[in-house]
Amino acid sequence: MKTGDLIRALAADAETRTASPQRALALALIPGVAIAFGLYFAALGLRPHLFALLGENPRLVFKLCLTFLLACLSGRFVLRLVRPGADARGSALLLAVAPALLAIANLVELLTVPAALWSQRLVGSNAIHCLESIPFLGAVPLVAALLALRHGAPEHPALAGAGAGLLAGAIGAALYATHCPDDSPFFVATWYTLAIAIVAAVGALVGARLLRW
Amino acid sequence: MLMRAGNAGDAGSYRQLLRELTPVLRAAARRGLFRAGMAETDAEDVVQETLLAIHLKRQTWNEEAPIGPWLWAIARHKVIDALRRRGRRIDLPIDDFIEILEHGDTEPNMIVADVDRHLEGLPVGQRNVVRAIAIDGDSIDEAASRLSMSKGAIRVALHRGLAALAVKFRKTDA
Repeated sequence: MKTGDLIRALAADAETRTASPQRALALALIPGVAIAFGLYFAALGLRPHLFALLGENPRLVFKLCLTFLLACLSGRFVLRLVRPGADARGSALLLAVAPALLAIANLVELLTVPAALWSQRLVGSNAIHCLESIPFLGAVPLVAALLALRHGAPEHPALAGAGAGLLAGAIGAALYATHCPDDSPFFVATWYTLAIAIVAAVGALVGARLLRW
Repeated sequence: MLMRAGNAGDAGSYRQLLRELTPVLRAAARRGLFRAGMAETDAEDVVQETLLAIHLKRQTWNEEAPIGPWLWAIARHKVIDALRRRGRRIDLPIDDFIEILEHGDTEPNMIVADVDRHLEGLPVGQRNVVRAIAIDGDSIDEAASRLSMSKGAIRVALHRGLAALAVKFRKTDA
């Protein structure tokens, strides 16, 4: 087949349009997140007195806002990664705001909490539960995000997969944050970070193959 | 501008755009392969693969952004991919390149073996439709009546056939 022939076929196919990456991602995450919500209510459920606690516990509010912010920023980042030629540096920098805020919160915690309580706050009461639950809640959003990003064209498929994992991990973490009674930034920085990193690593491994084009 | 028309489904402008792009892509593919010390005969495969990628990934271009960086990133990705797959083996002595480079931008009249081989590997329905439109030059309507299929079915088979071709290109280990 000559190149001119191929072009004729491509032009004939011009009317068949596929969804843009952000549209595909949004459409995939709606059911993905809905299923994660279902699993959440089936397996975990809301922490008792969650809404009453919101008013009196700034650590809880911070934890919820941070995971939500991470989900938004990583979504933005990953959509840059799947556009060829798009500059992702800006959104990568913006993404760094989330760990920076967490570092500041940890500093504040170090200054305001007596040293005797540090290890108790760090280990909390749910460390292993956290490591299991965030990947569990993030799994379906991860599958949804990876499938949607096949509409994209990442120059670095593993990195885009890791971005999808970060997004899915942040969604899992945001859900889990409404269940988990450990609110200290120490706990969040250790266990949430580790759990989200697991999801991101899985995303990178799968993405390296699935997102090739 | 033409890409926007293409994204809006205007086949004529879109075809013109792809035609105008082809010599540029060909030059880029030749340069890339030449630098890696590879056969220029592979360049047309890379051009076709790049055109397929531009087509199948055109929804990743943001209409507000300049198109140049987007096109260049796709072309670069495809050249790198081709080099990686072919393991950078040296196919031809350097003398041959001088002659080739003097040819300029005319489409080589050689048979581009890869795409034909991949076409053979498609399911028969997709293959017939892609062939009818690409090689025999049928319109969607003509292909529909000749193959006794609905226009919708032709469109679906064409799109799937092109997507399958792109996958086959990617899996080539030349």
